[in-house]
Amino acid sequence: MTPDTLEHRAHRALDRVVDPELDEPVTDLGFVRSLTVDGAGRLTLHLRLPTSFCAPNFAYLMASDAKDALTALPGVTAVTVLLDDHHDSETINRGLAADAGYRVTFGPEAEQDLADLRRTFRRKAHAAAMERALTRLLRARPGLSEQALYDIVLGDLPDDDVTRALLRRRAATGLGVAPTDAVLVDDAGRRPAPADIPLRLRRARSTRISIDGNAHFCRGLLRTRYPDATADRTPGARDATRRRHVS
Amino acid sequence: MYAKDGETYFIVDAHIALWDARPENRLNIHGKQFIDCFYDYHRNLSPDSELWSYEEFLYYGGERLMKDLFTDGHVDHAIFQPARLGAFYRNGFGQTEEAFALASRHPGKLTYNHCWDPRFAEDGLARLRRDAERFQLKGAKLYTAEWFGDSRGYRLDDPWSYRCLEAAQELGIRNIHIHKGPTIRPLDRDAFDVADVDKAATDFPELNFVVEHCGLPRLEDFCWIATQEPNVHAGLAVAMPFIHSRPRYFAQIIGELLYWLDENRIQFSSDYALWTPRWLVERFVDFQIPADMTEYPPLTVAQKKKILGLNAAAMYDIPVPAQCALAEPAGV
Repeated sequence: MTPDTLEHRAHRALDRVVDPELDEPVTDLGFVRSLTVDGAGRLTLHLRLPTSFCAPNFAYLMASDAKDALTALPGVTAVTVLLDDHHDSETINRGLAADAGYRVTFGPEAEQDLADLRRTFRRKAHAAAMERALTRLLRARPGLSEQALYDIVLGDLPDDDVTRALLRRRAATGLGVAPTDAVLVDDAGRRPAPADIPLRLRRARSTRISIDGNAHFCRGLLRTRYPDATADRTPGARDATRRRHVS
Repeated sequence: MYAKDGETYFIVDAHIALWDARPENRLNIHGKQFIDCFYDYHRNLSPDSELWSYEEFLYYGGERLMKDLFTDGHVDHAIFQPARLGAFYRNGFGQTEEAFALASRHPGKLTYNHCWDPRFAEDGLARLRRDAERFQLKGAKLYTAEWFGDSRGYRLDDPWSYRCLEAAQELGIRNIHIHKGPTIRPLDRDAFDVADVDKAATDFPELNFVVEHCGLPRLEDFCWIATQEPNVHAGLAVAMPFIHSRPRYFAQIIGELLYWLDENRIQFSSDYALWTPRWLVERFVDFQIPADMTEYPPLTVAQKKKILGLNAAAMYDIPVPAQCALAEPAGV
């Protein structure tokens, strides 16, 4: 795959489509089964998930985000996205083909669009990223107490992948990214009182453990279900800033 | 009963099933998809030595269940937690008659919990009353992602759910096991969200709510409600086998549960036949929090005894032999 081909650009576009629950790109997770491009700029994408019973709302979100990302590429004339082997494959694939949108696709089962669901998981992703950054800082500075995290600002964090991941999550949830902004904030950007910090950190830790655990389980199940499954990207082409393995 | 290093552990397997997923019992493709999903769980998280063939996994029958649990599996008492899945399986997924007959033959070893679905409304309430009497129910298993006509799930705080919980309370069905699944109406919400358990636990303080697989994949939301609701408990179905494939993650789950709940509100289960109890019991008795995870204190023998059986025994009034009991009894 040479860098300028449409196929290459399509894969890079899919790198920006994330599983909202696991907070990782569908390409890293191995959810892209195949991507084919014909000479006329028509793309066909097959997605696969770890089980037939993965939540249909998340499945729809990823599939429609993937279609949007591919459709936006210059030179693309048509995009077909197909979700394979899911209990709702037929419904979702029909909805995607017609660009029907979530509410029309699921009819009476849908009341609103999926914006709230997406927001909920963006908040969780931010809490987890914040916990990773602060726990790393606490380990690096044994004299630092949890309550003293109140004064830690973004500029105090090392320039590394964990901090960059936090900045991306802050931007996605509308929180500030200035070096003088406090790191430890709640979903609305408010700073907890120092006495409340240990509990706040514990909650964020349980969120991080949950997300990491789910991501590992989903990867494992995908490999069990599709023994040929590996991440669909070639090693080395990866964004070096991406968190890949967490435990 | 399991003995190791001078300690004797009373084992209650609080979540088991006797299912039939053979082709002749399937109604549609979803019956196959469902059991295939279970089989992938089994294959993904079991040690190689404990793997079953697909054929064995589809249906194993009562005799094998008794052997796997009581002859080989160290289990003293086990509790059926059936899922009906009437939209996928002709005679249901959990085999009511077969499991109840087995429990009737071995009342000292097996407790039969049944299930209900609030969407049957009045008919369901009448059925619940008949079932409570016939099965002498102490507990029930609710799978909130069960499909029912056009509906693919319900919440515990729906009006008809409350009617059923009121009836349960009146009928002495005190232990409500909740299993969250991927579908629910409206589909825009997070189906795994446990906020409805929070409401029900507040409004029905006499009932125990055991959230199966400790809220996974929403461990953090579950822990948060369980700290606030003293009648919310953690069932370890599905979480247990991580002890083999991902012991550090398992340590984090147990560490978080002990921090947010307490050692009296966590129940062991194998989720048989997804996994078999023998290796899980043995591994758990040997298990310890890794030394570098300083955020969690080490597990004590008393905590392991409570989790492996004493907690569920207290909840279900199962007698515990004196040599397995603790000086300070497990509480519900």
